[in-house]
Amino acid sequence: MKVSLFVTCLTDLFAPDVGMAVVKTLEHFGCSVDFPTAQTCCGQPAFNNGFPAEARALAVKMIDVFHDADYIVTPSGSCCAMIRDHYIELFHDDPDQRKLAEDFVARCYEYVEFLTKILKVDMTGLTLPKDEKFTYHFTCHLRGLGATGEPAIRLLKQLGGAQFTELEKSEQCCGFGGTFAIKYSDISGAMVRDKVECGVKTGAQTMIVNDGGCAMNIGGACHRMEAPFRVRHIAQVIAAAVEHTAGANVS
Amino acid sequence: MTSTLESPSSPKRRMSLPVFHPDFMTEAHTASADAGLHAALDNSVTKKDYGRRSSLAELPDADGLRQLAGDIKRHTLDHLDYYLELLERNIIKHGGKVYFAATREQANDLIVNIAQRTGSKLVVKSKSMVSEETELNDALIAAGIEPLETDLGEFILQVDHDHPTHIVMPVIHKNAAEIGRVFERYFKTPFTDNPQELAEMARVYLRNRFNQADMGISGVNFAIAETGSIVLCTNEGNGRMCTTRPRIHVALMGMEKVIPSLDDLPVFLKLLARSASGQALTQYTNIITGCRRPGEHDGPEEFHLIIMDNGRAKILAGEYRDTLRCIRCGACLNACPIYRKVGGRTYGSVYPGPIGALLTPLFNGLENHKHLPHASSLCGACFEACPVKINIPEFLIKLRKDQVEQGITTAPERIIFKLWSWGLRHGWSYRLGQIAQRVMMRSIGNKDGWIKKLPPPAQGWTAHRDFPMPPKHDFRYVYKQYRAIQQRGK
Ligand code: SF4
Repeated sequence: MKVSLFVTCLTDLFAPDVGMAVVKTLEHFGCSVDFPTAQTCCGQPAFNNGFPAEARALAVKMIDVFHDADYIVTPSGSCCAMIRDHYIELFHDDPDQRKLAEDFVARCYEYVEFLTKILKVDMTGLTLPKDEKFTYHFTCHLRGLGATGEPAIRLLKQLGGAQFTELEKSEQCCGFGGTFAIKYSDISGAMVRDKVECGVKTGAQTMIVNDGGCAMNIGGACHRMEAPFRVRHIAQVIAAAVEHTAGANVS
Repeated sequence: MTSTLESPSSPKRRMSLPVFHPDFMTEAHTASADAGLHAALDNSVTKKDYGRRSSLAELPDADGLRQLAGDIKRHTLDHLDYYLELLERNIIKHGGKVYFAATREQANDLIVNIAQRTGSKLVVKSKSMVSEETELNDALIAAGIEPLETDLGEFILQVDHDHPTHIVMPVIHKNAAEIGRVFERYFKTPFTDNPQELAEMARVYLRNRFNQADMGISGVNFAIAETGSIVLCTNEGNGRMCTTRPRIHVALMGMEKVIPSLDDLPVFLKLLARSASGQALTQYTNIITGCRRPGEHDGPEEFHLIIMDNGRAKILAGEYRDTLRCIRCGACLNACPIYRKVGGRTYGSVYPGPIGALLTPLFNGLENHKHLPHASSLCGACFEACPVKINIPEFLIKLRKDQVEQGITTAPERIIFKLWSWGLRHGWSYRLGQIAQRVMMRSIGNKDGWIKKLPPPAQGWTAHRDFPMPPKHDFRYVYKQYRAIQQRGK
């Protein structure tokens, strides 16, 4: 299966290892992955702040960059929701471009969604390098994809050595929201502290998210508050298990 | 030559909703740091939110029911003139009187007039958000008529000269001890913070006053056009007292509250209490059709229904029509992570939370409530909770777009977004931007890989949390290396 990676601007700059984890795990599950280098940003910040014309220009570029991809997979729930919820309506007055958008949207998947719905992977048989206690924060924008946290948790639980504890108020937004975190930093700060406090209560070593924004926000608050857990993208955890299991099989 | 154009300095237009404070940011700053408030809200709204989920999950197809409720509302709003006329005719048929009020001032005048004509001195009220919208109590007092709130929460607020901060649980911002102090002052009795004792004090007091009241005022949860009935859903039974005991019953409703027929009612009843609090039904559901008929022994002698516009027709005519579907269940407030951190007062008017962030600017003008559309992370919890499927986040984005178009968004912000999106349209400028950010951030980052202080305009981030320093190489670079190594291996 041929997959093109949409890494997102945030992951490109701040979390190359998340991008690589997506590449390596998809390859492990039998995909051939390519990375169209002309990609930039889906336009979500412009759209959300009331600049649809600017978002539209970026959407045109996105659609063009990925025009011959079979599947487009992204580690970011919110970018995927931007594409799926808004790209078609952005071109309501341009039937040709709208057609292209519809075709593009139908090929776009968030990482966990792609693993579970298209590849229908099973993680049993994969083992983590060492036992780890996880909890899971529900990335809000998965709502826009009609998704729940269930598939991600199911995958996690299948990994050998993974223990799972429920996060209190898991579905409560961490307070990222792009420019919201800066413009309304007091409110956002209260939200993210709440998230970290709930995380601490679980006793988990790792909180799993599926969005770069949540990871930055919760991770930054964990560091400030010296919380005893780390925040990781689910792809990083799966990649660690893939690597460890492959290594074990070789030796 | 005189111009008919309004000069930019002409007085601001009339506001349809009262404004309690002008400064969202100051209130948000204080409330965000108030751990007591957060604990109280978690204990009430967050719990109700979980109650909502589990009680809806018991229904065979809750989502389908929400869709149906939304569709019924959409249909009614699309034909609102028809259904309002039908409602009017049927109310009159049952001996009631119907009035249309264009503004909140008119609505208050109508009620004051009815009170004066009937010689009403004491007016008992059951909980009604529209009457908060019109500030009816102030109007009654100004006319020498005594209004008395009989919903426990509203009563506490009235005697404390405070405002509701939640549309269903008005007094959510006060704990039992605070209420105890309010009653200690008001009743001049020893302090207690025992909820049962407090409720009993109010109950005994209100019982007596019900008997003295001349007029009862209620809101309307639903008005049924086909039968000319109004429906009241309450938990305390005070609504029933207000609408049966006094000689006169006046009901005040926003014009969007009508539904076509009795058959539609169960759809909303199934959703309203579940969405509001997780109850299957409110304790009392009253369907009131007209006043006392000849030969009947009880019920009010007169029934008056006031149907208020106060800015709704304007919303109905525009792109925001769907917002008028709202049945004021409060589910979006309970689900909202922002509301849980700032409470109702911060929103500055009578309707707080996600629906308030939408309605307040729509009623009062975007220029008067610049922050409300933006103070949202767009997480979508409100949309997911709404029993009539109002896509609140989508509408908030639309309001932001309107702000840009109306020139309310600041020039620097407009320029930043234009430049930013232009930069992202080209591979080279994107790369340049990413490199510049990396170099800048790596120069201010600590050895541990974190930035403690970002420069303006991003300083808000680091006021509350650290910011990750970008690693030395971006994804593109790492990916290229990975592929190059693979190539060499072959
Ligand atoms: S917008 Fe929806 S959820 Fe919010 S109060 Fe109205 S009906 Fe309830």
